[in-house]
Amino acid sequence: MERTQMHRQLANMRKSLFDQGYLDEQFIQLEELQDDANPNFVEEVVTLFYRDSARLIQSIDQALDKSTLDFTKLDGYMHQFKGSCSSIGAKKVKSECTQFKEYCKAGNGEGCKKTFQQVKKEYATLKKKLEAYFQFARQVGPVETACRPK
Amino acid sequence: MNLGGGETVKSMSMPNSSVSWKSGDGVTDQFPAGLRVLVVDDDPTCLMILEKMLRNCLYEVTKCNRAEIALSLLRENKNGFDIVISDVHMPDMDGFKLLECVGLEMDLPVIMMSADDGKNVVMKGVTHGACDYLIKPVRIEALKNIWQHVVRRKKHEWKDFEQTGSVEDGERQQKPPEDADYSSSANEGNWRNSKKRKDEEEEAEERDDTSTLKKPRVVWSVELHQQFVAAVNQLGIDKAVPKKILELMNVPGLTRENVASHLQKYRLYLRRISGVSQHQSGFNNSFMGPSDATFGSISSLSGLDMQLPAQSLATLQAAVLGRSTTKSSISMPLVDQRNLFSFETPKPRFGEGQQQQLSNNSKQINLLHGIPTNMEPKQLANLHQSAQSFGGMNMQVNSHGSQSNSLLVQMAQPESRSQMLNEINGSHRIQSSMGQPIMSNGCASGVLARNGMANNARGTLYNPLSQASSVLDFSVNHGTDLPGSSFPIGGNAGISSLPSKEMLHEDVISETKGTRGFLPSYDVLSELHQQKSQVWGSQNVGLTYETSHHANMRGSCDVSPSVIVQQGFSSIQNNGQNRSAMGKAVFSSGQESAHGNVPNISQQPNTFLLDNLLMVKAERFPDASYHNTIFAEQLGQEDLMSVFLKQQGDTGSVESEFGFDGHHLDNLPV
Repeated sequence: MERTQMHRQLANMRKSLFDQGYLDEQFIQLEELQDDANPNFVEEVVTLFYRDSARLIQSIDQALDKSTLDFTKLDGYMHQFKGSCSSIGAKKVKSECTQFKEYCKAGNGEGCKKTFQQVKKEYATLKKKLEAYFQFARQVGPVETACRPK
Repeated sequence: MNLGGGETVKSMSMPNSSVSWKSGDGVTDQFPAGLRVLVVDDDPTCLMILEKMLRNCLYEVTKCNRAEIALSLLRENKNGFDIVISDVHMPDMDGFKLLECVGLEMDLPVIMMSADDGKNVVMKGVTHGACDYLIKPVRIEALKNIWQHVVRRKKHEWKDFEQTGSVEDGERQQKPPEDADYSSSANEGNWRNSKKRKDEEEEAEERDDTSTLKKPRVVWSVELHQQFVAAVNQLGIDKAVPKKILELMNVPGLTRENVASHLQKYRLYLRRISGVSQHQSGFNNSFMGPSDATFGSISSLSGLDMQLPAQSLATLQAAVLGRSTTKSSISMPLVDQRNLFSFETPKPRFGEGQQQQLSNNSKQINLLHGIPTNMEPKQLANLHQSAQSFGGMNMQVNSHGSQSNSLLVQMAQPESRSQMLNEINGSHRIQSSMGQPIMSNGCASGVLARNGMANNARGTLYNPLSQASSVLDFSVNHGTDLPGSSFPIGGNAGISSLPSKEMLHEDVISETKGTRGFLPSYDVLSELHQQKSQVWGSQNVGLTYETSHHANMRGSCDVSPSVIVQQGFSSIQNNGQNRSAMGKAVFSSGQESAHGNVPNISQQPNTFLLDNLLMVKAERFPDASYHNTIFAEQLGQEDLMSVFLKQQGDTGSVESEFGFDGHHLDNLPV
């Protein structure tokens, strides 16, 4: 029973992530890649993402801290960051990234800074949610993954 | 997670990069399973995902996060990989650069990926030779079919190998400079560009083609086209493949893509001219106008019996031009500063111009172009530039409408002119003259009248040729095969010396036909020029040197030989295409035209002069058929010459070419 309940709970967690726009279809692609050979694939990827993107975030922060902004550089960093976000399906983060790039193109420093705060916020929020999700999934049991509804 | 959890097959995607196929039935050739993929991306997240996806596709994956490492991996295992997938934006090396290197060194298919889906970037991928471009985030579905690129390339290589004995696909594709955005319709771009520029500029750029053009497009100059046609003929039209052609041409900076697109157009042109009845004769004038007129246009004109008065011609032109606009700008830049014959661009047009023009009245218009009777080279140039789509000729005329019209009018006015016009009509040569500035002239009227008109059927636009050397463009006969006779040069009418109109008709035009308006006309002229006096005087003159050029003069020499230059022309005839339009025979060959050989120049001696010129031109053109049109202009006839010369005023070169004493063909007296 608990199992079932937990499954259901897990399923709901997952569903809400999609419904609330945190994740998009790309995440499903990742889920589909997960198999017996790589039972924790999705989690591994997400972990890798957060680890790797941390340095990008840092670079952007540093670049934004300068008195004169190098928009080209900023755009470059953001392009990379955005690519990563999109590969794991981080929808909200991605849209903030797009906004950031727009400001870069327009040379709007203030816009960039403000948007970047949003980027970081969404980035952190998603991280928390996914961590909770994965943790719960582990609790529910690896077997469950196969049954996880799409 | 698996979809159904029951996809044991998927277990093939083992975590290690061992060959997944091996774990399968043990069948090693379970293509595409086992495809060896090298994936390069600096983003570890993407890399991990891609790797997993590819494994799931049963491919053998090697991942790499640095381009340099990837290159060394590739170099170490020359045959260790089947395909490469690379990200565009990488810190250590630009993805496109890697693409080029791989293509050149290993000749492997490369797929580019990026989150950037901007058109420019994608285009860059295409021009650098990427066989595909994936937008991130990449889905597994997109990766499932990448094996097709491997198969395709192998097939091409093999095929090329058979045909050409060399496998250079990758190389050629990688050649284009990074900044050059060559599009397959390179010619079109060139046309436009060239139009804007003076002919000289174009000429200068021709050689550089891809590299120096303002726009990354190849300018198919007369010479270049000649080379191209020569190469194609050497290989045989059926067996001519871009790679081989490229090899034969041996032009630095020219890419296989450029050649491929040009070849495509050329083939269309050939089809068109072979299908186009010679009757186009409509306007021989076509050459007259700005060479830009796509050769097509000329041909179309030729069909029409243009008796149109200048005005109508103008309208026709407009109409034609209108049509041709669709055609790529190739419209040869008829207006060559030097010579009115700006063949340059016309070349590419051949395919296009013709079609349009031939069929309609527009042809007439072309003729108009062609007959810029008094067009100075510059004028023509202008015409051409503006002409644009029409292949140049037509357009120009329109644009300069006034100019051309006036020119035409001029032509029309003088009696000779009218004659010419009429003749021109007959000879739709104009078509070929598309680009050719055909003898713009005014002079041609007399000549033209003779020529072209007579042959209306042929569409030997060349009539206009007589008008102005500039008209030579008509060599483009395209389409209509301007029966050599149409050459205005023969202008028989005008050219007293012309023996009997023969030249104009068909023969002359034929040249143009074939040559589709290649610009070469001016080249020819220049050649003629050199020959100068000889040309005019001796019918053969022009021909002689021409002949050497165009071995293709095919048929051209049908010209009834009356005077023709057989002597000289015969050689030209070899060239085959109509160039010789000179008079009669010349153009007949026009039919073969496509290869531009100006064959018919040989015809009448008088007209030969013009013919010669034309022929010369025809020969010049690489293959001529385009040239033919030009020759028509040459009409060689002394009379014509004089007429032309007068008009030409400034095409000094023209004069010389024709051997006239300083007469400018362009300046044909109106």
